[in-house]
Amino acid sequence: MTVQSVFPALEQLLPRVQKPVQYVGGELNAVIKQWDDTIVRWCLMYPDAYEVGIPNQGVQILYEVLNERQDTLCERTYAVWPDLEKLMRENGVPQFTVDAHRPVGAFDALGVSFSTELGYTNMLTAIDLAGVPLHAADRDETHPLVIAGGHAAFNPEAIATFIDGAVLGDGEQAVLAITDIIADFKNAGSPGGREELLMRLAKSGVMYVPAFYDVEYLEDGRIRRVAPNRPGVPWRVAKHTVMDLDEWPYPKAPLVPIAESVHERMSVEIFRGCTRGCRFCQAGMITRPVRERSMTTIADMVANGLAKTGYEEIGLLSLSSADHSEIAEIAKGLADRYENTQTSLSLPSTRVDAFNIDLANELSRNGRRSGLTFAPEGGSERIRKVINKMVTEEDLIRTVTAAYASGWRQVKLYFMCGLPTEEDEDVLQIARLAHEVIKAGREASGRNDIRCTVSIGGFVPKPHTPFQWAAQLDHETTDARLYKLRDAIRQDKAFAKSIGVRYHDGKPGVVEGLLSRGDRRVGKVIEQVWRDGQRFDGWSEHFSYDRWMAAAEIAFADEAVDVNWYTIRERELSEVLAWDHLDSGLDKEWLWDDWQDALSEVEVDDCRWTPCFDCGVCDHMGTEIQVGPTNAVMLPMPTIPSRVAATSGA
Amino acid sequence: MARDRDPGREIIPAVQKLRIQHAKRDRLRFTSHRDFQRAFERALKRAGVPMAYSAGFSPHPKISYANAAPTGVASEAEYVEIGVVQLVDPEKLRAVLDEVLPPGLDILAVVEARTPDFVARLEASHWQIELPGTSKETLESAVVTFMAAAEVLVERMTKSGVRTFDARTAVIRANVELGADCAILQVVVRHGVPAVRPDDVLAALTKVADFVQEIPPRVTRLAQGPLLEDGWSVGDPFSLDREATQA
Repeated sequence: MTVQSVFPALEQLLPRVQKPVQYVGGELNAVIKQWDDTIVRWCLMYPDAYEVGIPNQGVQILYEVLNERQDTLCERTYAVWPDLEKLMRENGVPQFTVDAHRPVGAFDALGVSFSTELGYTNMLTAIDLAGVPLHAADRDETHPLVIAGGHAAFNPEAIATFIDGAVLGDGEQAVLAITDIIADFKNAGSPGGREELLMRLAKSGVMYVPAFYDVEYLEDGRIRRVAPNRPGVPWRVAKHTVMDLDEWPYPKAPLVPIAESVHERMSVEIFRGCTRGCRFCQAGMITRPVRERSMTTIADMVANGLAKTGYEEIGLLSLSSADHSEIAEIAKGLADRYENTQTSLSLPSTRVDAFNIDLANELSRNGRRSGLTFAPEGGSERIRKVINKMVTEEDLIRTVTAAYASGWRQVKLYFMCGLPTEEDEDVLQIARLAHEVIKAGREASGRNDIRCTVSIGGFVPKPHTPFQWAAQLDHETTDARLYKLRDAIRQDKAFAKSIGVRYHDGKPGVVEGLLSRGDRRVGKVIEQVWRDGQRFDGWSEHFSYDRWMAAAEIAFADEAVDVNWYTIRERELSEVLAWDHLDSGLDKEWLWDDWQDALSEVEVDDCRWTPCFDCGVCDHMGTEIQVGPTNAVMLPMPTIPSRVAATSGA
Repeated sequence: MARDRDPGREIIPAVQKLRIQHAKRDRLRFTSHRDFQRAFERALKRAGVPMAYSAGFSPHPKISYANAAPTGVASEAEYVEIGVVQLVDPEKLRAVLDEVLPPGLDILAVVEARTPDFVARLEASHWQIELPGTSKETLESAVVTFMAAAEVLVERMTKSGVRTFDARTAVIRANVELGADCAILQVVVRHGVPAVRPDDVLAALTKVADFVQEIPPRVTRLAQGPLLEDGWSVGDPFSLDREATQA
């Protein structure tokens, strides 16, 4: 069965919507294959607007890994804005891929990458527009498998009704393993139908299949147990970990959109994982251990990526980029290579204590000294011990002083509000810290026009972290604390003009908290709110707290639980958590001990430079820390002869 | 050069200017002008074109764009001028640039700039407007009424609010053809301020002749350039540069 492009029908609608270019594809390095030449067809979705989704590294990597297989094709789809959704419904145009504009419903698998839970409602729109039943239980052989991935997939219980499976951890090898299973199944004539295919996937351990697990509840609303309801299905499903990132230098040909995106740069992931041990940070907990990419591979990826994209900025990505064992050599090597070109380097995530001014100078050699960003996260020394963000005020002042002295004019500081054990005083310390930063900066630079921007948002406890048992702070108290901070900064007469404050109100955090630590009962809220028109939850102009609360009211009417039960309630060690059957490698006892340490303000070190403290991951997953130094040398770039010169240039 | 103020960049003046004609086709007709600028600048990088850059703290490549066709309108005749710091072979540039741009953004011709006042030479555009579901007769009668009018005021939303202007005088010639599933309107429109665009012409037809187009039209700019002696044909704006090169 060959599948027709929906573009002729879509084309009629495009002149009537905002930014039609986001729906036409045509990205550089996009791959279009013949439908009939392949056995397994994947559609990958990033459940947000195209401009947000297109730069996503996870999707780009898997897109390429899958398309490299001869028997497989992979295309992409993104959330359509409500203006186009309306027209598509009126005109019967289904959810489509941007590559060849094929209908999403025709694919074997729809992989949805969730960096955050705020994409759940957009997934429902896509499934529904694709003509696929909303509930996994109502799907048959003709429908794609809906598979969730990304960080939020470590607790996909809130969307368990809507997905056929969830993949935990690194996707590179997992998508290939799933593809093998689908290919074998199809080549054998699809014996036993959808149930059999899901069974094969579940048994292999590659994917969590929610339908094969039953959840029982206690009368008070807590979970009694989660257990497989079929023989051969594992009790716990483990995450995937790619070892040796040098073997996986993707994306090799990054997608370059015609439309403008939120990240107009080429990204190279310099390592995966982080063991700094910040207790609020789900990413750091679920991506262990640290696996560095070598300096030589990074240099090759940068050179190749620039040649294939034409980007002018390179972002060296990781959870804490200045922590790479050879970051100084990498930064200097790249700055040397691209000296006198328009190419600039950036390090999106840098810790105050890992940052040094030599590194910053290398990074800005070819670029601008626009601003530096640090995330102390907690305002007081005490709260930073609670969250294990081991950054002292001294570190911070020393670093920003050096930065202001070397010509930077602007420093951005990120904080969180609502951390466990937090009092007003902990947050008000941020005002004092900002005051000290400006004071030190004015002295160091001898100028009064330096600035410091304080950005602060509400903390949301996440699964698989020591704070998974913590009570989330209610939004009223969060907002009150933020206003107190704002007022304290405003009242700082001599300094207020130099300090900007940006804060996000606490309400969206409540919904994020509900979804993050949600169980299967929360699925009814998601469906209700989506039916009530909720879309694009990550966008303040589309997010409606009231709509969510009204939906929860209806969905929880016959349940022993409510929104507060999920968010502002502290859990006990004995409680079965909705994600206990999903294995991030972290030992639950270790997490609990770390939670207790947090409450006692005891810090824990980084296992990269201290002995192992038994978080459980490497032991349990058979993985190991992979860090340099490699002591390799980055050679200057060879000069490439011009292809357009007037003389042949031989 | 003071290193701590400007990161060691040397400003090299342009030694040559090149004029480029490109097309915007098929699905990439939905590319906005800003989208095209970004895609084009990245293509120049990938092609290794030795671009000249402006001075200053955030240098920009020397590129001038002329009269971009509106978003959603296809074109066979868009024009760009670039400055380079090393001599470039126009034909090689055409081939390499075309190769590195996605299909749909196609480089049609490149000439070395040998004459001044290029933009002033772009006097008029020839637009082809395909109107699916409209009969040739309906369109013809609307066009006759429109061309008979001395002035047809239309409104358009601009950045500074709704603007009312005449869409008739700028239209030098309009004729109607029969296409496969549509009637086709061929119009030659003189450039001016405000520019009269194909959608303004359609709005004017609706206004004078009760003409309704349900399905969105497919519009293509077929040519852009000087008006020839007959008063309505659009010539090749590269002719003068080509003659100067050959001379």
